[in-house]
Amino acid sequence: MTLTKADLADLLFEKVGLNKREAKDMVEGFFEEVRVALEQGEGVKLSGFGNFQLRSKPQRPGRNPKTGEEIPITARRVVTFHASQKLKAAVEATGHGDKR
Amino acid sequence: MTRSELIVRLAARFPQLTAKDADTAVKMIIDAMIGSLTRGSRIEIRGFGSFSLSHRPPRVGRNPKSGEKVEVPEKFVPHFKAGKELRQRVDQRD
Repeated sequence: MTLTKADLADLLFEKVGLNKREAKDMVEGFFEEVRVALEQGEGVKLSGFGNFQLRSKPQRPGRNPKTGEEIPITARRVVTFHASQKLKAAVEATGHGDKR
Repeated sequence: MTRSELIVRLAARFPQLTAKDADTAVKMIIDAMIGSLTRGSRIEIRGFGSFSLSHRPPRVGRNPKSGEKVEVPEKFVPHFKAGKELRQRVDQRD
């Protein structure tokens, strides 16, 4: 059972008393504000959950796995996530569900 | 951006709601995400990314101070994979 934006919106509708439209917009707004911050080069720290950071990676050599042809992997900026101690501790003992 | 700054930005985005609504919404969203991973369920947010658990098998570690062997039991750790839209927006070169 995967958690999706629709599940989160239902929760805000049922438990916070937002109407359906507001609940959906709030969930979208939550993730959009995080994207905007990251896009502008600003890290995001959500206490209790974890931190999203940006890393700039230099160009490195790569290969097309099908043809074996060498092609450079261009320099890029990527997002990394570090779970908080709270989240790590909560998840550590989990031994069921989809384990990916 | 911290959690409290996120709440301020969301409150500004929704002038018809109170700051307390934004605060409660952020808390509920984060708690629901922690709850889902704790139950072993993944989280999939289109355009943002997915959170899942990776398995770490049991291993024999060492106490770096004493050199003593310690059994480290298997465990699960959270893993995030950025979605296509987030990946592209973060990597815009201008």
